[in-house]
Amino acid sequence: MQTYKNWRLETDKDNILWIYFDKQNASVNTLNRETMEELSDIVDSLKNDNQYKGIIIASGKKSGFIAGADISQFTQFKDVNEAVELLKKGQSIIAKIESLKMPSVAMIDGFCLGGGLELALGCRYRVAEETQSRLGLPEVKLGIHPGWGGSVRLPRYIGAMQGMNMILSGHTVNGKTAAKLGFVDAAVPKRHLEKAAKFYILKHPSPHKATFLQDLTNRSPFRKLLANVMRKKLREKIMPNHYPAPFQVLDNWENVGVDGQKPFDVEAESCGKLFFGDTCRNLVRVFFLQERLKGLAKECNFTPKHIHVVGAGTMGGDIAAWCAFRGMNVTLQDREPKFIAPAIKRAYALFKEKLKEPYLVQQAMDRLSPDPEGFGIKKADVIIEAIFEDLAAKQDLFKKVEEQAKPEAILATNTSSIPLDEINQVLKNPERLVGIHFFNPVPKMLLVEVVKSEKTNSAVEEKAISFVRKLDRLPLPVKSSPGFLVNRILMPYLMEAMEMLKEGIPAEVIDKAMVEFGMPMGPVALADTVGLDVCLSVAKFLSKYMNSKIPDRLTEMVKQGKLGRKSGEGFYKYKNGKQVKQKNITSETPLTNISDRLVLRMVDESFACLREGVVKDGDLVDAGMIFGTGFAPFRGGPIHYAKSKGIDDLFKQYINQRKMRGDKVESIKSWESSVEVS
Amino acid sequence: MEKQNMRREVYIVDGARTPFLKARGKPGQFSASDLAVNAGRELLARQSFEPTDLGEVILGCMMPSPEEANIGRLVALRLGCGKSMPAWTVQRNCASGMEAIDNAVKDIALGRHDLVLAGGTEAMSRAPLLFNNSMVNWLAGLWGAKNFPAKLKQMVNFRPYYLAPVISLLKGLTDPTINMSMGQTAEKVAYEFNITRDQMDAFAIESHQRVAAAQESHRLNDVLPAYSNNGNYFLEDDGVRRDTTMEKLASLKPFFDKKFGSVTAGNSSQVTDGAALLLLASKEAVDKYKLPTLAKIVDCQWAGLDPSVMGLGPIYAATALLQKNNLTKNDIDFWEINEAFAAQVLGCLAAWDDEKFCHDELGLSKPFGKIDTNRLNVDGGAIALGHPVGASGARIVLRLANILKREKAQRGVASICIGGGQGGAMLIENISEMGA
Repeated sequence: MQTYKNWRLETDKDNILWIYFDKQNASVNTLNRETMEELSDIVDSLKNDNQYKGIIIASGKKSGFIAGADISQFTQFKDVNEAVELLKKGQSIIAKIESLKMPSVAMIDGFCLGGGLELALGCRYRVAEETQSRLGLPEVKLGIHPGWGGSVRLPRYIGAMQGMNMILSGHTVNGKTAAKLGFVDAAVPKRHLEKAAKFYILKHPSPHKATFLQDLTNRSPFRKLLANVMRKKLREKIMPNHYPAPFQVLDNWENVGVDGQKPFDVEAESCGKLFFGDTCRNLVRVFFLQERLKGLAKECNFTPKHIHVVGAGTMGGDIAAWCAFRGMNVTLQDREPKFIAPAIKRAYALFKEKLKEPYLVQQAMDRLSPDPEGFGIKKADVIIEAIFEDLAAKQDLFKKVEEQAKPEAILATNTSSIPLDEINQVLKNPERLVGIHFFNPVPKMLLVEVVKSEKTNSAVEEKAISFVRKLDRLPLPVKSSPGFLVNRILMPYLMEAMEMLKEGIPAEVIDKAMVEFGMPMGPVALADTVGLDVCLSVAKFLSKYMNSKIPDRLTEMVKQGKLGRKSGEGFYKYKNGKQVKQKNITSETPLTNISDRLVLRMVDESFACLREGVVKDGDLVDAGMIFGTGFAPFRGGPIHYAKSKGIDDLFKQYINQRKMRGDKVESIKSWESSVEVS
Repeated sequence: MEKQNMRREVYIVDGARTPFLKARGKPGQFSASDLAVNAGRELLARQSFEPTDLGEVILGCMMPSPEEANIGRLVALRLGCGKSMPAWTVQRNCASGMEAIDNAVKDIALGRHDLVLAGGTEAMSRAPLLFNNSMVNWLAGLWGAKNFPAKLKQMVNFRPYYLAPVISLLKGLTDPTINMSMGQTAEKVAYEFNITRDQMDAFAIESHQRVAAAQESHRLNDVLPAYSNNGNYFLEDDGVRRDTTMEKLASLKPFFDKKFGSVTAGNSSQVTDGAALLLLASKEAVDKYKLPTLAKIVDCQWAGLDPSVMGLGPIYAATALLQKNNLTKNDIDFWEINEAFAAQVLGCLAAWDDEKFCHDELGLSKPFGKIDTNRLNVDGGAIALGHPVGASGARIVLRLANILKREKAQRGVASICIGGGQGGAMLIENISEMGA
């Protein structure tokens, strides 16, 4: 038998050929030109074969089936033609598997995403491990859509309702759900996976087909009807000029359906073009930024088992719950049981939503112990302080904590504003204190700033970063300076928005402008969501350092108890936690003028952070803003945005803007120089 | 003496319980294992050792839910004691919690283990409603029917009375060998020793007042807060009635012997959910982990008697316990007799003072004598707190240990009556600083 670099062939006693994918020099299986060409050779050799009863494609790695196509390839195509050619070649290899006379099975255990699932969909049968496997076509998250027939075969197998929905949202599902949806023939526990795979080769039951109704969704006139509904739903969430791929794949399906060769050709051509769009390029860059953050402190073998959280408010309680969700034992301390009980309730709701199975929910609940007496301090590996923002109170607490904690335990503060070098003054070993700054809501926000004071020991910082990774969050190492990175850049943006309100531009218009720019929500809605009291306290704190003014209206509103969403009224009014929408509010100011002004404020502050070395480089500024605030990912982050628009031009525009507002512009430092520094 | 040497000493290191939560006509917020976890996690968190350092976990529980088979092991796992922790469940009806402690004592004394978590838990409010026999037979017929006509035929056989549930709580509190409910056995004790309704009600009021006083002066230091998943938290036993009066109690109707009886809901223990856990250790473990010691468990005694007067169980067990340890009534500084019924505790006191009874039943040449009620259940009892059957035996031992320490007293006996006609008694000694 011939040998291959990336594939291992084995024949078992039942004469089944096992084709193990074991990509050379890689920990994870991804598909690229070389691996696909080898697969093509393997399939060719089977075309006229009578020896084997069938083939089973499986992973040769310890974990994961195929994570998808090799993303680094995405930006290396010379031109659209080359991209389309490669896509068509991939399609033809999968088509060859599909047309083999012998039965084929994809045996899926772990990740089966994008190109991996498209390959699996070319097999006659699929079996998957039921709980840990993740299957899906998340291509839209990288600005493209499936290109190896996934957008044709998936709706063909399970109908357009579920099939297109998976493609448009990029959502992944576990094996059990995949089987329920119908694109996996059997989802079984790992102990039965091989037995199940062999069953389909040896018994070759008739392959899965869409039901009559599912099939109908792919036929006109229903196709047209459905496409319109889906398009409308899509528009409620995203805009075609920001994220063209889902709209494109929907158009393709509406125009050519799922039968014959045509849909495959259309898919390849449309996907090939998307590779060269800004959205794809920026999203691929964001993907690698994320990989960079994920790779931090990889060598650190810190495995914290017990986390102690002091302060059971929204932040502390949610941090504790998240740690328990991630498998750690957590003790949660506050002054009295009545302060802890609400956090337990929120944790239960979170676990129920995330874990669903009652026994898993109970396990997570049992890992989270209320601890009003603080017995956990002595035993914890990480102690996180999340009490109210008061220097003396924090100093007091850390003094006590340091006395009791294990010598190797990490002492962390979740402060969002108080400089670490002020808190650590009371410590015998100030190098032990590190900032681990979460964002609200903890279960949703991916970014966590890991804050290093002037004294923080770098091994402690490493451990903190490693801990954040174990929580499946993205750690961003920042220097302890006022506001760290995210809040600091956000604040002038929010202040500018309030200035605009003062000038008479309606909140709805300001927010609309920024949503059209690509933000998940506008600045006014953001301020209301964060809480105006929180905004005010951060603004007050930062104003000491940044020489900025606090809007009178903000102070006034907080005084009146208008705190935003949580109090039912802020800049907007809220009913049952939902914003009361006013219709037909317009302004003479063009939306792009508004967004330019706001974005440039952010860009200016981003360059200032870069200049001052708050983070190491521009990429980390971008990563921080994208994962910490949802800064339009398809624009690549504030620094990248400025670079792509031309730093000089944008800077001039900013200076003009300031002049028009009557600011002194002499003190504004040039952006170009900041880039050179980094 | 040789026998003494074989036995290693056993210490109560620490203990905790949940607030005892009165059943309020519907399933409570905690399952039996939830209750034990609530009592256990802070108890274990405050120790100098890890939960995995325990040798075993023993739990008493009479009515675990169908999902809580071998609830001892379930609780051990939920408390993070680790996969390798042996754990088991014991039942001796109302004394299951004391039985768990006795088993732990034996294992430590024999040298099998050095550190054991033992106690009991019960979610009485969650005692299930069961299908009656007719219903079960009908369902079996339906499921067994081979085809549709047979199924249809079986469906037609259905009768509405099949739906009448069997209340497992009431079944559990009835002795099948004599067909008497626990309350009826208390009525019989009252009859034999002439205990009046007024005496019972007065005793009940005293119980409430003592618990109220103990709560107000923060003497119930063994109670830990319990947290439920829906954001509620419980800090105190909630069955106490500070406002109860003789008039109010007199207005209640007899519950067990309707019309002419005198045992009412007001002078019986309440139906309640709760858990109580103790950490027991050998001398070796005390030294190794530098553990504090709350008390020493000296001995335990079990006795059987006529099931129809099961409420007198404590005197059989306690008398034998003292005889075995060469002690007399006056050597005991504080007593706990679990208050299943006021009639039954009062019956015990009367029986001990009854020459004929002491002679005939206990083989004593002269009466054992009256116990000073100022030294009995000084922090109140189950009439005010409730009687979660799996937990009560552990609760009274833990309470007694705390009382001895607080009062700087030396010896105490905790005893309990057991449905089905048994009694249990445990002798403990204070080993910390003692009064003059």
